[in-house]
Amino acid sequence: MTSTLARRLGPALLGGCVAFALAPVSTGAAQEELRIGFVAPTTGIFAQIGKDMVDGFQMYLDEVKGDFGGAKVKFIVEDEQGKPDTAVTKARKLILQDKVHMFIGGLLASTGYALAPVSTEHKTLYISSISAADDLTQRDLSKFPYFMRTSWTSSQPSHPFGQWACEQGFKKVAAIGADYAFGYEVVGGFQRAFEACGGQVIQKVWVPLGTKDFGPYIPTLKRDADRIFSLMVGPAALQFPKQMRASGYRKPLIGGGTSYDEFVLPAMGDEVIGHISPLQYSAALDTPKNAAFVKAYRAKYGKVPSYYSESNYTTAQMIHELVKKNGGKFPGAQEFIKQLSAMKFDTIRGPVAFDDMRNPVQNIYIKKVEKKKMHGYAKDELWNTVIKTYPNVSQFGQFEKAAFLKTPVYSRDYPPCKHCN
Amino acid sequence: MTSQRFKILAVVIALGALAVIVPSTNSFLILLATRALAFAILVMSLDILLGYTGLASMGQAAYLGVGAYLTAILAAKYQFGLGMDFWIVVVLGILAGAALAAVFGLLAIRATGVYFLMITLALGQCVWGLAYRWNSLTGGDNGINLRAKPKFAGLDLSHDVTFFYLVLAFFAVSLLAMYVLVRSPFGRSLVGIRERELRMQILGYNTWLHKYIAFIIAGAFGGLSGVLWAHTAGIVSPENVVLTTSVDALLMAVLGGAGTLVGGVIGSFIVFGLREYLSTLVPWWQYVLGAVYVLTILYLPTGLMGIPERYRQWRAGRSTKEEKVKALASVPS
Repeated sequence: MTSTLARRLGPALLGGCVAFALAPVSTGAAQEELRIGFVAPTTGIFAQIGKDMVDGFQMYLDEVKGDFGGAKVKFIVEDEQGKPDTAVTKARKLILQDKVHMFIGGLLASTGYALAPVSTEHKTLYISSISAADDLTQRDLSKFPYFMRTSWTSSQPSHPFGQWACEQGFKKVAAIGADYAFGYEVVGGFQRAFEACGGQVIQKVWVPLGTKDFGPYIPTLKRDADRIFSLMVGPAALQFPKQMRASGYRKPLIGGGTSYDEFVLPAMGDEVIGHISPLQYSAALDTPKNAAFVKAYRAKYGKVPSYYSESNYTTAQMIHELVKKNGGKFPGAQEFIKQLSAMKFDTIRGPVAFDDMRNPVQNIYIKKVEKKKMHGYAKDELWNTVIKTYPNVSQFGQFEKAAFLKTPVYSRDYPPCKHCN
Repeated sequence: MTSQRFKILAVVIALGALAVIVPSTNSFLILLATRALAFAILVMSLDILLGYTGLASMGQAAYLGVGAYLTAILAAKYQFGLGMDFWIVVVLGILAGAALAAVFGLLAIRATGVYFLMITLALGQCVWGLAYRWNSLTGGDNGINLRAKPKFAGLDLSHDVTFFYLVLAFFAVSLLAMYVLVRSPFGRSLVGIRERELRMQILGYNTWLHKYIAFIIAGAFGGLSGVLWAHTAGIVSPENVVLTTSVDALLMAVLGGAGTLVGGVIGSFIVFGLREYLSTLVPWWQYVLGAVYVLTILYLPTGLMGIPERYRQWRAGRSTKEEKVKALASVPS
């Protein structure tokens, strides 16, 4: 019994010891070392999303064999456990103990809001590769001089989507969304754009984050609306369309990007066919670059890449190109931001540039869920087919920047629901 | 008596060692030690209820939350508490914790056993609900960031080591205050209530009032822990008042040994060490944490602080066995 235990524990302990012993050796390498800290939830309810994030970045690293134009990348992943507070502790660990040049990641909007001040406090570069909290690159930008975003703001896809809804001739939309900052920003962005072109949001229902039973909410939704807009995250995204269908509702839903992203899509049933959502990435994007990416990712990790994977893969690519331009050296946080803001990238998701508020200007794709064969795979699967592309959309979309920034950030009460009764 | 002196000496030496060793390690470990100490005050406050009065509270995080939110709101919205007025915030935090406990105590103290557990859980979740929903005040899910630490009298608390010493000092004073409390006649009667409430009532003690006061005192220390926590973490969010934070405190108290005060500190250091340090080294840290909990409950129901006692019993058991064997051997056949 004891010997079995010893045999089982032995390798693990040995591995731990070896890791300990090797740690100081690798820091003494002669080549220029670029230390990149990565904060993602690798345990807890968001562990699977965290894995997609890490896998995306790691895949790029593997492709270039950990070499960013002469700099040897030391990639250190820390588990933020889906909690802002832990994320802050782990970011400080990366800065104080590992002396990283930059840290990346953070999943939830609240984590982004918590990590940005850490970058200011320690004068260390923080690149938000997922966390979409609007105000970090809008009204609060001046507080975070060491902050850069390579992903999106929550409301960025919603602005063109609202316009698209008008073009379809929708007049009235009822909205149901997750009750937290990300939900407010996605729904709020849609409402602003939709009402600016003559539509009316006639209802806004907020459900707690993590709701799985929508029984109490579905009967209250106004079915006479032209469309119901949903913003769901994680397990809720799976449940909501199913329960809507079960309640006898037949019209296709529209929704925020995370309601149908590739993280949840493979687990969904045929009830979501025809549902439409906007995002800056779709795995069904029909470009040679994306097809190659999807195939390579799927072969390596056994699943279709989600925007969580793509965004981090692309972030790695951006850092690589910038460091290469600097001869394999990290140019310092503020210089890094200055250079990156001026660069243009040809990425998996399409062309990406940056606005003067350190947020990407990129294509927004309106996507319709379809069951079909894609990228040469033999089986019929659900894919987010791109039905319309809005090129080079900034975080302010069709709105004028100065006027936009004068209005408050989207919240539970803003924009006010004028047409609700 | 000598054994008690020995214990006090051991604690003083341990604190002294902490004060000397920690600042010479790297900044991240200093940060972790600060976090563990600030949280340990909450765990000890819970121990007054759990270990000494026999009340298992599932809502202790509420008091940490009140202290922390108070600190954060004052600092972020009114720039208050970032200088000498930090001490006013400390007092306000303690008062706020006590006040909340005074209200909650009225509802909770009448219940006992599992009902007390349920009521404190529900009340704790009320505070969480407020923190999560009252967007204009608490920032909702995003929480509140504290952008600066207090500076006063030549002390800059944004300096890790200075802040560590401040928290250590607060911790030592709290430990001393709680130690005096549980050794006082009041503390002894709490233990009496834990052992047999009915007998205490028959002896003429107002057990309700005793429990109520203990509850308020625990709340006050919880509030203090919250003030320190807000500045340690730099962010206050509903995560700090959610049920799992209360359960964490409870587990730490049990892990170290309920009814020992210092057990809570040991529990706090072990859990923070595993969750926030071991997790930076290996991905399977959760198994270790789980194993520690399970093994403690199975083999050390009195917690880690119970180890010396268990050892003594084992020694005593063995020696009596040996004596018996000797006695048997000496019996003439």
